[in-house]
Amino acid sequence: MRYGDVQAVDNLTMHVAEGEIVAFLGPNGAGKTTTVEILEGYRMRTSGSVSVLGQDPASAPRSWYERIGIVLQESNPYPELTAMEAVRMQGHYYADSQRQPEEIIELVGLTEQAATRTRRLSGGQQRRLDLAMALVGDPDLVFLDEPTTGFDPKSRRHAWDMIESLRQLGKTVLLTTHYMDEAQHLADRIVVIAAGKVVAEGTAEALADQVHATPSIRWVAQNDDPVPPEQLGWTRNGSQFTIATKETTTVTHALTTWAVEQDLTLENLTISHPTLEDVYLALTSSAEHELSAADAKETR
Amino acid sequence: MMRTLRVLYHQVGFDLLIFRRNPASTFFTIVFPLIFLFVFVGVFGNQELTNGTPVANVYVAGLLALQIVSATTMNLAITTTMRREGGMLKRVRGTPLAPWVFLMAQAVGAFVIALAAAILMNLAGWLVFGVNVVPETLVSLGITILIGSASFSMLGLALSIIIPSQNAAPAIANAILLPLYFISGVFIPDEQIPGWISDLAGFFPIKHLASALFESYDPFASGMPWPATEWLVIATWGLFAAALVLRFFRWNPRS
Repeated sequence: MRYGDVQAVDNLTMHVAEGEIVAFLGPNGAGKTTTVEILEGYRMRTSGSVSVLGQDPASAPRSWYERIGIVLQESNPYPELTAMEAVRMQGHYYADSQRQPEEIIELVGLTEQAATRTRRLSGGQQRRLDLAMALVGDPDLVFLDEPTTGFDPKSRRHAWDMIESLRQLGKTVLLTTHYMDEAQHLADRIVVIAAGKVVAEGTAEALADQVHATPSIRWVAQNDDPVPPEQLGWTRNGSQFTIATKETTTVTHALTTWAVEQDLTLENLTISHPTLEDVYLALTSSAEHELSAADAKETR
Repeated sequence: MMRTLRVLYHQVGFDLLIFRRNPASTFFTIVFPLIFLFVFVGVFGNQELTNGTPVANVYVAGLLALQIVSATTMNLAITTTMRREGGMLKRVRGTPLAPWVFLMAQAVGAFVIALAAAILMNLAGWLVFGVNVVPETLVSLGITILIGSASFSMLGLALSIIIPSQNAAPAIANAILLPLYFISGVFIPDEQIPGWISDLAGFFPIKHLASALFESYDPFASGMPWPATEWLVIATWGLFAAALVLRFFRWNPRS
């Protein structure tokens, strides 16, 4: 998929199985929405092949949408309608929607707000209404484009519970997010995308293994403190010292023994293992580096 | 086919509900033209024009044109832009609903609103100012409202194509429509407008709508009016707008 000179999505291959919840994870501008909108039939691809529920979205008939529910990244409800009316109106668009609007409103936890005009709903409640409108046609496949961006932690938890409940309903879900923890919490499988390419794919655990996760020992030194012995392999950034090592026990012992001998206090001494967030940042930043390096080569 | 009609019926119902709950559009479409009638005729007096026509007859027809254009072009340009920029149109595109059914519902809803406004305007004209609605002109009046609503609805949808944002919508729609109202015999009787301005107005459809409507209120005419030329001009504008809509209508937000 190209926009002018920009290749927004490049040679991206992925597969989502029935009943699976897959997270499409990447930083802003990575090509997540472009890819999802190609799958939803909103955008035409410039090359490649796509099959969603056995149809090419670019040429699928209207009836193909009977089995698809879409939550757009940004879409307002009609401010003049109540939550229930909005769901009911959307329900009329589907020929064989087997779900009652009341049931859907309850599923997304808006029963108390059913008779409230949508403009008086909070941001989180409006997002739940978006989900209700996407579910009223009882789709098999649900697209969620950044379902929790801009949420406070509590609304986020609530949204997660709702997406979890889609699993119980047997829906296939493809969601995009730029939050690692969201992907980790919700998805059976995570597809990490950066600069239009898949840079990693797998379960959260598999992703963590993919980067050779080296723990690090960190502390802060005073200006006039003596520096530790070279053989500990430390690096220094201002007053911040870091030792990256897999032998945390031995190295920590050596470091603290030296510190006690020198009568020093190692301020903020920590041993930390890289989080999935670190893994994700490492993956996406190296992909973006490669891209800009390739660009530099092309322009030369 | 039955299913399409059923969806259309439901969508028109929701569109009318949305209209009813929006005080601004209800006021400007239904109430505002009635206020104009009372101000123009009631306050300034129901004089006769040089040809002997009571000014009330001219204003009932002119303000009926205002209501029709307001119910269709004005409302659709604003609501369609709002729905596009708010992502509502994009969401509709992601459902099994055929896009033309959604747009058709907008036009049908606008027609119902125009019809309701016309009934109120006729009642006010008749009860307060004795403007006769001759039964034999009703068919012609109905045809004018139908052709007018359909064509001016298309013009509203076409107008939304060039409106960039929700905030700009009322300003752009008014900037185009207000001058046309003034030169088209809506606010000022046509015989008081200089000839060349009146000729200029004749290029645009609002003047033709006002004069087609006036034929039903002309006290010196008899029999059923048949303003075929006016209908043709209005319909031509409508078809031109429909062609623009087919070619350039945007479903996705600009921003």
